[in-house]
Amino acid sequence: MVDCPECGGSVTLHDDAETGEIIDCGTCGAELEVIGTDPVELETAPELEEDWGE
Amino acid sequence: MRVGVLYSRIRRDEKLLLNELRSRDHEVAKLDVRKLRFALDEPPAELAECDVVLDRCLATSRSLYASQFVDSYGVPVVNGPETAEVCADKAKNSLALSNAGVPTPRTEVAFTKETAMEIIEDFGYPCVLKPVVGSWGRLMAKIDSRSAAEAILEHKATLGHYEHKVFYVQEFVEKPGRDIRVVATDGEPVAAMTRTSDHWLTNAAKGATAEPFELDDEALDLVERASEAVGGGLLGVDLMETGESGYTVHEVNHTVEFKALSDATDVDVAARVVDWLETKVPAEVSA
Repeated sequence: MVDCPECGGSVTLHDDAETGEIIDCGTCGAELEVIGTDPVELETAPELEEDWGE
Repeated sequence: MRVGVLYSRIRRDEKLLLNELRSRDHEVAKLDVRKLRFALDEPPAELAECDVVLDRCLATSRSLYASQFVDSYGVPVVNGPETAEVCADKAKNSLALSNAGVPTPRTEVAFTKETAMEIIEDFGYPCVLKPVVGSWGRLMAKIDSRSAAEAILEHKATLGHYEHKVFYVQEFVEKPGRDIRVVATDGEPVAAMTRTSDHWLTNAAKGATAEPFELDDEALDLVERASEAVGGGLLGVDLMETGESGYTVHEVNHTVEFKALSDATDVDVAARVVDWLETKVPAEVSA
């Protein structure tokens, strides 16, 4: 359990969360990036950019 | 082997690959491209010891440059920079397919909106205007009339990045409400699915529904030739059924997403990709 950097709500991560993974805050819906797993740290995910995709 | 995974975002695709690599006891180096420094002569330390680097960059620009640098350090990279360069740009992609004799929709490129308008009028309505760089169906326009064409061309010319001033016009293919996505490793299909939608765009990112698809001999041949045309590698080949003439290949993708394909078929795509890497890498190292 860790605080959402956007709204302060509690965010629960899966056990296998990876650095670089994106998760949604269940409270405010913000996209968050896992920037550390031990301990868990979250940051607001980067905005979609024009050249993103496959 | 030690596999470097270049990324800036871990999607489900990357997670599937990472889990598969780790479950087979490969050493995995996660390489966050946002933190790497690419010097001209020497690779970053974490990259130097990799037997192969998988380019899974989400941004095309990063993918293009990073794969060039990794290749220049002599570290095998999937996909290679030549393949990335051809696949990242729809105009180069179409040229490569056409030059290899792979059927592809009629396409023309122009650099001014006046000339683009001439092409559109020649093609007739509807036709399709696409950005040369872009994914997930973004900024694709199906043009139904001259007035729509004028408005879209004006917007692109005024608002767009310089790449939007390259006008890529393509015939509208009357497909049967679906297209076909094939993930292939050096031309050999791993799995295939149809993407069906009521909308003219059938990207998984646009909410199309996916079903497994059995490739016939003609499709198998086209996938192999399309892969070779862009330089091979781990690719997503997109085909449309054209009715009378079989198939047309509209695009080959070089940082292919496969989670929808894994869900739609019985094939464990990540496992098949790692199988391929396990044969490919020792072969390249000894070559």
